[in-house]
Amino acid sequence: MALSIEDIKKVAHLARIEINENDANATLNKLSGILALIEQMQAVDTRGIVPMSHAQDLSQRLRDDVVSKTNLRDEFQKNAPILGNGSQELAVAGGLYLVPKVIE
Amino acid sequence: MANNELSNGSLKGYAQLLQSKQISSLELTQAFLQRIKQYNPSINAYIALDEDKTLAQARAADARIAAGSAAPLTGIPIAQKDIFCAKGWPTTCGSKMLANFVAPYDAHVISQFDAAGAVNLGKTNMDEFAMGSSNETSYFGGVKNPWSFDRVPGGSSGGSAAAVAARLCAAATGTDTGGSIRQPASLCGFTGLKPTYGVVSRFGMIAFASSLDQAGPMAKSAEDCALMMNVMAGFDERDSTSLDRAKEDYCRDLNKPLAGLKIGLPKEFFAEGLSAEVGQVIENAIAEYKKLGAEIVNISLPNTGLSIPVYYVLAPAEASSNLSRYDGVRYGHRAAEYTDLMDMYCKSRAEGFGAEVKRRILIGTYVLSAGYYDAYYLKAQQIRRLIAQDFVEAFKQCDVIMGPAAPSTAFKAGEKVDDPVAMYLQDIYTISTNLAGLPGMSVPAGFASSQDGPALPVGLQIIGNYFDEARMLNVAHQYQQVTDWHTLAPNLPEGKA
Repeated sequence: MALSIEDIKKVAHLARIEINENDANATLNKLSGILALIEQMQAVDTRGIVPMSHAQDLSQRLRDDVVSKTNLRDEFQKNAPILGNGSQELAVAGGLYLVPKVIE
Repeated sequence: MANNELSNGSLKGYAQLLQSKQISSLELTQAFLQRIKQYNPSINAYIALDEDKTLAQARAADARIAAGSAAPLTGIPIAQKDIFCAKGWPTTCGSKMLANFVAPYDAHVISQFDAAGAVNLGKTNMDEFAMGSSNETSYFGGVKNPWSFDRVPGGSSGGSAAAVAARLCAAATGTDTGGSIRQPASLCGFTGLKPTYGVVSRFGMIAFASSLDQAGPMAKSAEDCALMMNVMAGFDERDSTSLDRAKEDYCRDLNKPLAGLKIGLPKEFFAEGLSAEVGQVIENAIAEYKKLGAEIVNISLPNTGLSIPVYYVLAPAEASSNLSRYDGVRYGHRAAEYTDLMDMYCKSRAEGFGAEVKRRILIGTYVLSAGYYDAYYLKAQQIRRLIAQDFVEAFKQCDVIMGPAAPSTAFKAGEKVDDPVAMYLQDIYTISTNLAGLPGMSVPAGFASSQDGPALPVGLQIIGNYFDEARMLNVAHQYQQVTDWHTLAPNLPEGKA
């Protein structure tokens, strides 16, 4: 199946990766090669074969519903990104993370 | 100090020197740090060093040895792939996205080494998010193959590979999603093992493709790998796919004779695409096994060729989901300028990820997107089962499977960097075991001449049945008793004095 430049832009948007016109063209070229490789699968008759989603056929283990993790918020917040848009501060305040306003 | 000789030692040898007090862990660790200072500036195997932390661990190990409570790896300096979170250490996964990330906790693998009293020498370079076969996708630059500086070390565990080959550590850890331990082990001439999926916990190991990722040892010999496995393997309830099995001693079968061992040779591993020189080395290794009493069985793994297309659906699909966590909100790179939340996500991810990682995220997003799921993702999972069934059939006829680990010796830096499909074909012999969840090894088997450079290492791949690591290590160890390929180290150009 041939990819178009519109496909690339749509997928990049779904993946939340900004892409400019030049990069989209270069990406189209490389991704088309990879998809051609992937297309080899279509020659295989897979009717009736149960998909293998994991390396071991196991069911999910259950555990008791007890607290097993400690609160590492302060530790985690040391890794917060720089706020940006002119600020060099970490993007945290009062134990929360700062993002652009999403609700008017 | 006889630095060269010391750096060439075995883990058992180091343990004997340490426990008989002929050397202290501090001395051993300093000897390796000295070599790192001398050679790492040109090789770029390590991307994070912290002498204070490392030496503090060495001193603690010496105290433990003095107290008489040493474990087999106590005091031995190990290099850790930068995919493992190690508390207080930069943990970047080779990406700009995590360039400033300092791990707030330890991966299970790291805490196992800590509990064993091993010394963390530093974090090793790798392809970005383990996506690559040459270490050239690392944000922190490529790694030189110690056997020939114009060549790649393989990938994605390229830094650990170069560190083991150049004797800049006693042993190292790696991870293998499609060949990232075995292909670099082949290209750099040492012993590497990818265990059965689920044997080593993935907790704290930065995720690439969760149904395929597995950590394992990278070391000089099979015996060293067995000692490393004794530390790394084991149940961990924090990884939902960790297997709850009894603890094994991976050294237990090392000395068993190989008479009667049935070695399966899959015809698909010796077909078009394999370099003739590499094929010859593998044949010589098989001849050695016949002398050791092994029997050869010709087998077929008919779906081998499909493993690459299947992998390049499943691994990117899982990666696109796993890497969605890098959004610039709570950690990782955030763009310096942005207008709204969507713009912040899109810019942060565009800036933080390198080209190959973006390609794989896009492929993964595409194959999972509406209308394509059945044609790509489901189809790939169905063929994955066919590939796994090939191995089930094969292991009815043989005990282990052998073949090359990589189709060629180390290639030149830059040679395949613009051709993703050519790069992906590097893993043609390794990917199928990840898809099936089977254990695989690469063992140094000799050297192949190249047209335009020195002779370069070749790895023999050994694939075992599920949980058959002890037998594979036995098979490799017996070969290493009658050959000396695993003892050879490259002559490094003089680094800083």
